[in-house]
This record gives sequence, structure tokens and C-alpha cells, in this order.
Amino acid sequence: MSTQAAETSVRTSIVVEAPIDRAFRVFTEDFDRIKPREHNMLGVDIAETVFEPRVGGRIFDRGVDGSECHWARVLAFEPPNRVVFSWDISPQWQIEPDHERTSEVEVRFIDETPERTRVELEHRNLDRHGPGWESARDGVAADQGWPLYLQRFAGLIV
Amino acid sequence: MAYRLAGLAALGDPTRRTIFELVAERPRPVVELAREMPVSRPAVSQHLKVLKDAGLVTDRAEGNRRIYAADPDGLAELRAYLERFWTTALMSFKAIVEQPPQEDS
Repeated sequence: MSTQAAETSVRTSIVVEAPIDRAFRVFTEDFDRIKPREHNMLGVDIAETVFEPRVGGRIFDRGVDGSECHWARVLAFEPPNRVVFSWDISPQWQIEPDHERTSEVEVRFIDETPERTRVELEHRNLDRHGPGWESARDGVAADQGWPLYLQRFAGLIV
Repeated sequence: MAYRLAGLAALGDPTRRTIFELVAERPRPVVELAREMPVSRPAVSQHLKVLKDAGLVTDRAEGNRRIYAADPDGLAELRAYLERFWTTALMSFKAIVEQPPQEDS
């Protein structure tokens, strides 16, 4: 696995021992098991994450109480090569209703051999989320702003 | 880039993360941070230097002391977070996709 990034994007990739068709299918159908659970905007535990496999579909978390948090829109769905979805989550960890202020994630699947697939992920246009961190930080209660965000960050550090 | 690595490493240290949380809450001088932490003032300064080099923290002079604050645009922190998030996700993906299919024939 390697990781590199430009200033306004994050890139990471991995090589898996699986044919490209299976890699694409598992990524989109089992996204529920892939997405780190710590990442949760619902007030309750996540029962499942749903990935609607079509352009215009949504990715959302469903809580154990049935509540839903829609945090992505599927922008491209091209099995088995590519999927693109938006990231409608603000740095304040809230749903961003203004699509102009959202970033996007592209996942590319490349067949290195018939049994091996390289998966490249790019989360880009991160600058679209800002500016506004400072004002948001000042306007948001301490337990809802950065510390909460950091708490989640810390939760991901194993 | 060294920038990115610095960002991740900077927040990976628990003491440094606590210092960052304190200055993210509101801007503070070193002396106040040292008071709230069970580490020496030089140690706090050293941690702040790492955070500053990582682009997570900025400082400004106020009288004869320096006030430290979280980086206003926060992009470095956002990137550090997302990098960890997606790396974790892809590692889970690898573990799942390389399992032999169970119900598929």
C-alpha cells in the first residue's frame, strides 16, 4: 500500500488478490463492511451503510433506530472500472447541503493480472469545503466542533 | 510529501493530540498549555514546533509571548483525517475481498 497527496487531495491505493469484477462488486456491495464505523453523524449506532449502485444513487448510514444520514451522492458508476461519489460532509462534521461546497471521491479499479487488481482512491477538491473553518469553530460549541472531529480521528488511530 | 507525513505523525502522538485539542478549543500561550499538561514547558514547546511544522498550528506574537492557535483553514487536519479514514477502509476492503467467497459458487 502506498499513500501520496497533493495539497487539496488525498490519495491512497492498494493491490488485492482478486479479479477486477469481484473487486468492484465487493467494494460497492460490501461498502457497509469497508467504511470505518467510527465515522458516524447519527446520534445512535449505525445499523448499516447503504450504497445505491447507480448514478444518482446515494450512500447513507441507517441508525439502529431507523434514522438515516445521507452523506454521499453517486456521480459515476462504471463497473468494473470506476466509481465516483460526493462527500457531503463539512469539516464541522455536518451534512453540507450546498453541493458547491462538497468534495468528491474517485475509486479506480485496474486489472494488473486476471487475478490481481490495483485499487486507487482519490479524495479531491478538499478546498471546496473551506474557507470557514475558523468562523465555524468559533460558532460551534466545543463538544460539537473540532474536539469531536479529533475524537473521531483518534478513534481511527489503531 | 513530508508535509503529509508530518501531519499524520503529529496527531498520532497522544500528548501532541491533547495539545492540539487545547489550542483548537481556543488560542493559548505556552505557559497555559504547560499548566494543563503533565509535561514540562520545553516539552510543550517541542510538541508545538512539530504541530507547527505539520501545518496544524499557527502562532503569533502578543506582547512578549507567543499565542498558539489551530491552523485557520484546517486543511492539513482534514487531509490527515481522510488519509487515515481511507487507508483503514482499503485495508478492510483487502481483507474482505481476499476471503474465499462463501455462498457464491
